[in-house]
Amino acid sequence: MNKIAYNEIEEILYKEKLANGLTVYLLPKREMAKTYGIFSTNYGSIDQTFIPIDQTETITVPEGVAHFLEHKMFEQEDRDVFADFGKQGASANAYTSFTKTAYLFAATDQIKQNTTTLLDFVQTPYFSKDSVEKEKGIIAQEIEMYNDQPEWQVFMESLRNLFHYHPVKVDIAGTVDSIRTITKDDLYTCYDTFYHPSNMTLFMTGNFEVDHMMDWIRTNQSAKHFADIPDIKRNYPTEPDSVAQKESTLVMPVSVPKCTVGIKELSDELYGDAFLKKDLLQSMVLEFFFSKGGSFYQTLYEEQLIDDSFHFETDLEKNFGYSLIGGNTVDPDRFAEKTIQLLRSVQKKSFTDEEVERMKKKQIGQLLRAMNSLEFMANKYIHYDTVGVDLFRVIPFIQSLTADDFNSFIQDWIDDDRMTVCKMVNE
Amino acid sequence: MTNSLETVIRENGTNIHLVPDKKFKTVSITAKFKSPLSKDTITKRALLPYVLQQGTVTYPDRKAIQTALDRLYGAVLSVDGSKKGNNHIMTIRLETANQKFISDEASIMDESIDLLQEIIFHPISDNDAFMPSIVTREKDTLRQKMKSMKDNKASYANMRLIDEMCQNESYRIHIHGYEDDLNTLTPESLYAYYQSVLKHDQLDIYVSGDFDSADMKEKLIHKIARDQVPDDVEPIPDMEKQVHQTNEIIETEDVQQAKLHLGFRTHITYADNEYAALHVFNGLFGGFPSSKLFRNVREKHSLAYYAASRLESHKGLLFVLSGIAPDDYEQAKNIIEQQLDAIKQGDFTVDDMDDTKRLIINQLLETMDDSKGLIELLYQQVIADSDKSPYELIEMIKNVGKEEIISIAHQCQLDTVYLLSSKGGGSNE
Repeated sequence: MNKIAYNEIEEILYKEKLANGLTVYLLPKREMAKTYGIFSTNYGSIDQTFIPIDQTETITVPEGVAHFLEHKMFEQEDRDVFADFGKQGASANAYTSFTKTAYLFAATDQIKQNTTTLLDFVQTPYFSKDSVEKEKGIIAQEIEMYNDQPEWQVFMESLRNLFHYHPVKVDIAGTVDSIRTITKDDLYTCYDTFYHPSNMTLFMTGNFEVDHMMDWIRTNQSAKHFADIPDIKRNYPTEPDSVAQKESTLVMPVSVPKCTVGIKELSDELYGDAFLKKDLLQSMVLEFFFSKGGSFYQTLYEEQLIDDSFHFETDLEKNFGYSLIGGNTVDPDRFAEKTIQLLRSVQKKSFTDEEVERMKKKQIGQLLRAMNSLEFMANKYIHYDTVGVDLFRVIPFIQSLTADDFNSFIQDWIDDDRMTVCKMVNE
Repeated sequence: MTNSLETVIRENGTNIHLVPDKKFKTVSITAKFKSPLSKDTITKRALLPYVLQQGTVTYPDRKAIQTALDRLYGAVLSVDGSKKGNNHIMTIRLETANQKFISDEASIMDESIDLLQEIIFHPISDNDAFMPSIVTREKDTLRQKMKSMKDNKASYANMRLIDEMCQNESYRIHIHGYEDDLNTLTPESLYAYYQSVLKHDQLDIYVSGDFDSADMKEKLIHKIARDQVPDDVEPIPDMEKQVHQTNEIIETEDVQQAKLHLGFRTHITYADNEYAALHVFNGLFGGFPSSKLFRNVREKHSLAYYAASRLESHKGLLFVLSGIAPDDYEQAKNIIEQQLDAIKQGDFTVDDMDDTKRLIINQLLETMDDSKGLIELLYQQVIADSDKSPYELIEMIKNVGKEEIISIAHQCQLDTVYLLSSKGGGSNE
């Protein structure tokens, strides 16, 4: 077990890679009442095309399988896992993202037992034809719920505009039609390929004794048998830098129209510091211009083009990245035109040392605030870990950024070929 | 674990609550202004949070405020309004990174207090009026907010349920106010009202994080406390409404999924002795994935992705929320009602009850690990005018017996069933 002390933020992290390939992180925080445990596989909705374990041919599974699998994991042959956690005073949940599937619990009591439940249920798949059929009704309602959410529709349409082929353009839950075709064999194929311990991470943080916990996890894992560590062969299509579609309009019965401007971020398999640098610059520059009080925010605000639903987000992963800026607007055409005009002007900007200092302070403060949350630390740590970044070294990294870094980033951040507009109107 | 979470100091018409806790990497100061819900003032109270964030005497526009916040290591300011029972609460919160994690920064806390004081007590104004340009612009923001309420179907359905259920009660008042009142509101009238908020609202200030209590107390009394002692605000007594017949409302919109919301009257609020039993009842009924609603509506009958119940702790209401296919209305409604009947008949084991208690206690303890959650929990006591602390509530939950839960189930009355269905989609009517 490796012990890493981060004195500036008063955290100590323990790491061990078990014999079966599972990576375990323990971040004890004895002052908390709660313990949060997350068991995450490096497998999400974008992993649709791959060579199944022990096979040689590439296959493509139906849209929504990773998410369907996440739902079905909670059902064991003889019981429901929610009830097990419930009996142990824990609240359990799971989520599927573009790149990950994660199972988690939070508890203030019976931590070891809950950890065992987490490890055991995720490592004991049980799918039957009947239970797969029954789940389709539930997931169909989940999809219909999203179908009624205008924000989600604009979000997915923006991604469809940005990407030609990359499966990030596919809705994580799939469609009502695609999930109908999912079989229990699809679930087993994906499970066997992507749920090997070597493709997974367990991160525990909260109120526990670290040596006992690591022993407990080791014992649990060494009692189980797994196949040899596989080499997972995933296949992603070659994605051009340019957007698939420059503009589109959705029609939904909304009271106020919406508009989102999307930027397709260049992402060329960055790793470690190079990844972190791009990740930080991308989000800090967006913050600088578009957060409340930022000059672009002020312009849009003064021209009555935004309201308090205005938001921006940015996501960078190993093989895709995007930034989205949008919200309710009375005039989607003018919002798009103005936002694009502002973005084009970024290239001419030259950040002063004072501005860079302010951006850095803000970013550091936000990160410290987020670190109040066990959930944030565990999830963000895993996210960064897969791209070779250590979350707890991000603060000194931010401190090392210079005005030159920002000024060179904005030189080729904005490009007309990498921008798209998605509007939503009533009719 | 200590039993005193907070120290309360009453000074100059303000209650200062010190909530020291070493586990947080930030210090947050939260000011809560409380006033009875009223149709006459709600629109002004809905607009104030927007206006207050747009400028102060020293920082005359949003950009200047933001620059000050950024310099304080990305301190976060939030101002919002909420409804708790028959009260409206305006919350002004400033959260700042603890200076101990940042080398060479010793004045962040003092500057943060100054900034918060400036935002609360010195908004930018001219001749006893807010700046007309700010008020005009923020009225548009609020108007758009009122309009777009309808686009979030779950919260729209909840609002409609309360409209119907609480027709003659102040709880029905819309949190975002009313467009007619917004149109007649002026920079002068809004400013005059804010002066009265500062003088007459009950003000509670919470500080949480890792700080020196004596020093913080000194600073806050000096900087933030008001000169005036507010009049005692008498809580508005609520008419106890007994349900004689369940009201059923079906409306249609252009939606894929129908929202089925049920409103029950529990006749129990936070201050009541039965509140702990109500909490356990809610946990068995629909508070968790192991509850009856989730297990039956979702897992057994595959009718919904979500089916849950939530308490309104200060008004004595319980809401059931679910999203279903429009054609499944009758079936879903029947299954929901059957779950309540099952509890009435004692159809749950002592183990089920004990599991539920553990889940609730876990949830309360977890909430206390979050600075915002902790303050919301503590503020329940202020709203309820009760000295029942979160730890006492936990003790009471542990002691709830099966008979008490059954009696709560009998006490719950289904007041209104609200269905937001699809146009032309079957409601089997």
